[in-house]
Amino acid sequence: MKWDEFFVTGEPMIYGAMASIVLVSLAILVGLTYFKKWGYLWREWLTTVDHKKIGIMYILSALVMLFRGGVDALMMRTQLAGPDMKFLDAQHYNEVFTTHGIIMILFMAMPFIIGLMNVVIPLQIGARDVAFPRLNAVSFWLFFSGAMLFNISFVIGGSPDAGWTAYFPLASLELSPTVGNNFYSIALQIAGIGTLMTGVNFIVTILKMRAPGMKLMRMPMFTWSVLITCVIIVFAFPVLTVALALMMFDRMFGAQFFTMANGGMDMLWANLFWVWGHPEVYIVVLPAFGIYSEIISTFSRKNLYGYKSMVISMVAISLLSFLVWAHHFYTMGHGAMVNGFFSVTTMAIAIPTGVKIFNWLFTLHKGRIQFTTPMLYSLAFIPIFTIGGVTGVMLAMASADYQYHNTMFLVAHFHYVLIPGTVFAVIAGMYYWFPKLFGFRLNERLGKLAFWLIAICFNVTFLPLFFLGLKGMTRRMYTYSASTGFGPLNLLATIGSIGLAIGFAVLVYSIYWSFRYEPRDTTSDPWDARTLEWATHSPVPEYNFAVTPNVKSLDAFWFWKKDKQPLFEDKIEEIHMPNNNGQPFVLGVIFFFFGFFMIFSWWTPAIISGIAIVVMLAVRSFERDHGRHISVKEINKTEQQLRGDKA
Amino acid sequence: MKQLFPIRHVMGYVFSLILSVVALAVIVWDMSFTTAITILLICAAIQAAVQLFMFMHIDEDKSNKASNYTNIAYALFVGLVTIFGTLFTMIWGYL
Repeated sequence: MKWDEFFVTGEPMIYGAMASIVLVSLAILVGLTYFKKWGYLWREWLTTVDHKKIGIMYILSALVMLFRGGVDALMMRTQLAGPDMKFLDAQHYNEVFTTHGIIMILFMAMPFIIGLMNVVIPLQIGARDVAFPRLNAVSFWLFFSGAMLFNISFVIGGSPDAGWTAYFPLASLELSPTVGNNFYSIALQIAGIGTLMTGVNFIVTILKMRAPGMKLMRMPMFTWSVLITCVIIVFAFPVLTVALALMMFDRMFGAQFFTMANGGMDMLWANLFWVWGHPEVYIVVLPAFGIYSEIISTFSRKNLYGYKSMVISMVAISLLSFLVWAHHFYTMGHGAMVNGFFSVTTMAIAIPTGVKIFNWLFTLHKGRIQFTTPMLYSLAFIPIFTIGGVTGVMLAMASADYQYHNTMFLVAHFHYVLIPGTVFAVIAGMYYWFPKLFGFRLNERLGKLAFWLIAICFNVTFLPLFFLGLKGMTRRMYTYSASTGFGPLNLLATIGSIGLAIGFAVLVYSIYWSFRYEPRDTTSDPWDARTLEWATHSPVPEYNFAVTPNVKSLDAFWFWKKDKQPLFEDKIEEIHMPNNNGQPFVLGVIFFFFGFFMIFSWWTPAIISGIAIVVMLAVRSFERDHGRHISVKEINKTEQQLRGDKA
Repeated sequence: MKQLFPIRHVMGYVFSLILSVVALAVIVWDMSFTTAITILLICAAIQAAVQLFMFMHIDEDKSNKASNYTNIAYALFVGLVTIFGTLFTMIWGYL
């Protein structure tokens, strides 16, 4: 392989990206050395098993990926701003929409959700950490190495270019001979293993680590939504694992699972992809529903309306989500029976979702509503998501879908579902739980400014796409002529996307501003909230709760505050905590190189790093690490300090 | 000593070996398609049970009975939906 095949060449923007990657990496290395932060980085972050720190790392990675995916989106919108634009060529445009999709779903939405899960779930159920803290670190580092592996593809080897769905035969070796789609199969596989382990970890955490007295029906709604999400993860991700493995065999070892000849079946890929892909939609949207439930109930000053029906509808969604996948390829040409069946199941899934919408509305009804930033996002979510949902029902009708299929109408629909359904939720969740992690709120004025920019510009960007789709503009077309008449609405969408970018810039600036100037919160419960995470100090000490709470009702913390219902009755005792460990990080690094060598089919180094992975696992099996104990004296000291007592 | 000896694991291991030999016999003795697939399906079901009871001790902790069996039922549901749903959409749907 020659150097000009290894590096992506011939594109001035790519050279600029290469230069900036080198400069930023150098700046980080020099900065860490100059400020003598290597030890701090290793001890406090790279080796940590603390669920709060892992959560913060997940959220930081997600924000970086939001930037990467956002730049992709802006590049696409620039190319489509007017007829016959020459900003990107067809190949580059293909790569950009492919990476935009994968990065936004798998490397932005998922880690952001998993980050919030990590931060909040153990606190909400009154636990000291997740069930398997070390495994949690492994999950993060596998996700991170998968994400980095995927991201280097645009300067080394070339990005995947067959869409985020990577449909065969386009993604086959025959029609996509570069290593681009190898990046797809290997990087997603590595990140997917991490996600699968997160799913197992959180199911066990929620089922086994709840504080005494917290029965299943006393769990906060976010915890419920995460439990159900993790069940979907555990059952949906294996399908992706298998599909990606078959893809890898097809592309690297000459297998014929998805080929057109030799008994292969190209549409089987689409089938397997969506057997995972549709539950995946609910994996990113159900936790968001949980976040909204917490926020809406807190800022309406009421308990959540219809708690039981919320739980039942989520269980129903989790089952139905596995029964609708074929609606992604109605036009494949199977009979009316198949399309009819999947039409009905798809429309059925709107029922439990509608139940949840009405529950939120009734929670708001006669509440004393406070318009804080997280609440604004939650309130904007309801109408915008409903537009996404209703257009979804339009797409669900198989016969009508022959008109909408793969047009901009579809693109507008899923952005109307995923942006309010997930992005608004994770931003709202970040604003809501930020004071718990850092001890101060994000500035409300800047937050509201960012909210209005994002909410308005979102509609300016995506509403025109519905009409473009109905006029016949298809998805993934990289340019169009003036005679199509697509120009004006596309220009409007591009203007909206610039506003959206400004909104996100204000959001990032508000984080920076708040770190420097926002007054520090001294109450540890700044929102007057209802659930257990607010019962401990902010920032949370590493052991979470000095004394394990005894839960006697739903929203126990609220009744402790208002009715003096007892919550912390036990005495402070020694606390058993897990030790930090560097192995998960090392494992992540090895996986990165293993994946890299696999992608380029460099077998000898791939086999060596594969053996290294097995050795790492074997070492772990024979290791004895019983953790450490925090003494009562130490706990008392920390508690006094966090309370602000003058000792 | 009786508690320490992992009798169920050893039994599970022996069962697995027997099942592997039976599966191999299907190939070696060149049976008809129907007989072969029937034998393989029965073996697969037994193997799944061996896995759950001998190796993973699903019946060991009585307090978790409900959640364990709910999970198994859910897994069965998803597995069957994936297999028969794929057959339905990819093959039977064209008839």
